[in-house]
Amino acid sequence: MTPKIELRGVKKRFGPKVVLDGIDLVVNPGESLVIIGGSGTGKSVTIKSVLGILRPDAGQIFVDGEEVTHVSGRGRDRVLKKFGMLFQSAALFDSLPVWENVAFGLIQGRGVGRKAAREIAIKKLAQVGLGAEVANLSPSELSGGMQKRVGLARAIAADPEIIFFDEPTTGLDPIMADIINSLIVNTVKDVGATTLSITHDMVSARKIAHRIAMLYKGKIIWHGPVADIDKSGNEYVDQFIHGRAEGPIKMEVKA
Amino acid sequence: MNIFAPIGRAFFLFLAQIGRLTMFTVQAISHIVRPPIYWYAVFQQLMRIGYFSLPVVGLTAFFTGGALALQIYLGGNRYGAEAIVPQIVVLGITRELGPVIAGLMVAGRVSAAIAAEIGTMRVTEQIDALTTLATNPIKYLVVPRLVAAVISMPILVAIADSIGVFGGYVVATQTLGFSGGIYLKNTVDFMKTEDVVSGLYKAATFGFIIALMGCYNGFNSRGGAQGVGAATTNAVVSSSILILAANYVLTSLLFAK
Repeated sequence: MTPKIELRGVKKRFGPKVVLDGIDLVVNPGESLVIIGGSGTGKSVTIKSVLGILRPDAGQIFVDGEEVTHVSGRGRDRVLKKFGMLFQSAALFDSLPVWENVAFGLIQGRGVGRKAAREIAIKKLAQVGLGAEVANLSPSELSGGMQKRVGLARAIAADPEIIFFDEPTTGLDPIMADIINSLIVNTVKDVGATTLSITHDMVSARKIAHRIAMLYKGKIIWHGPVADIDKSGNEYVDQFIHGRAEGPIKMEVKA
Repeated sequence: MNIFAPIGRAFFLFLAQIGRLTMFTVQAISHIVRPPIYWYAVFQQLMRIGYFSLPVVGLTAFFTGGALALQIYLGGNRYGAEAIVPQIVVLGITRELGPVIAGLMVAGRVSAAIAAEIGTMRVTEQIDALTTLATNPIKYLVVPRLVAAVISMPILVAIADSIGVFGGYVVATQTLGFSGGIYLKNTVDFMKTEDVVSGLYKAATFGFIIALMGCYNGFNSRGGAQGVGAATTNAVVSSSILILAANYVLTSLLFAK
């Protein structure tokens, strides 16, 4: 079976700061992989490298068995059409109404007519529990939780094969976080997508993951099924999932 | 402490900046010549860059033309050459002051707005979001602004030229005792096509500089509100300096005889 996404020895540094120090990672088709790790451990850099927003310094990245590490231009657009992404801050376009945000990839990237795209957008909004009445609102009129839902609707609008979730529950209250987690689980089941999420919220990780990988100092130090997370035998993982200040992980106070 | 180290470091940073700007410019131009172009976005930007700049450009041109007429009259008076006012006003406005004043005003208005908007989109990940929606951010954000600015600026300057000459006319006829008919006749007889056309070439160049510096600084802004503020300042300062430098170069090229 060809992995949906594969990273081999991916390295990335910004100036003297090494962020990714040889990442090896496999995401299989239909699987939900969650990368956990503290702030500044390179979680965002990992997914931005897969998307081609950042170029790794070394290593290879494969999507559906095709090497995409240095693909750019039209080739990159073709690869990106397989992806949807929910950003941490939702990253909605504040100059466009909600429905155009959801339909953006359909109108700009795939040449769907505006009328048809609007109908799809309203259907996708319903899928994340939002009524047609929000379609014409501006993103700034929505609460944080609603913005996340619109972001989710935008991520699934073009029925992508792969969806990335960047800190899907950060900044939400526990109830809204659980609603978003359930939406993620259900939509992924409906769309049948492969997903890669990054989070430091263990509640969220346990709910949406099939498999968990822990990133520490630019390397994957542990990975395994979500059921094994409590008996990983790895003291770094134990410290992280229980949120202890004491342990082998020393927080780097200076960035 | 080696005193050459910081100088060298600053020099290399400067070179790196030039290199980044060059690469950004090449990328932007390569997207202008490759379809598709988002024409609806171009139209929106034409309204924002061109149409909404009309009041500020018109007002400044009017006052500049008026002050110019007054100064030439006072200066010419020393040699008994006050009658030269209409000729010098039209020459000064069309060749230099029209394009430069309009360029600087639009730089302040538009370059800043572009840098703030794109900078905010950068720090709130909206530009990354464009990429994940298979939309090239340069094509979607930079190209429409560049095209719109290069189209708008010559039109704005043509209008600024007329209003500037009109400003001179008002001052000359109302306070300096010129006859309106003679003033206009002298203006039209003296003015050559190349005076106006050279100004329009300059205007298109300034438009490119204004949009490019706004976009470049916005794209490269980092670190939240402060970063966006710095990008806005840099956009205005760098586009103003580049406009004045380009104006000198263009004047020496266009009027090389």
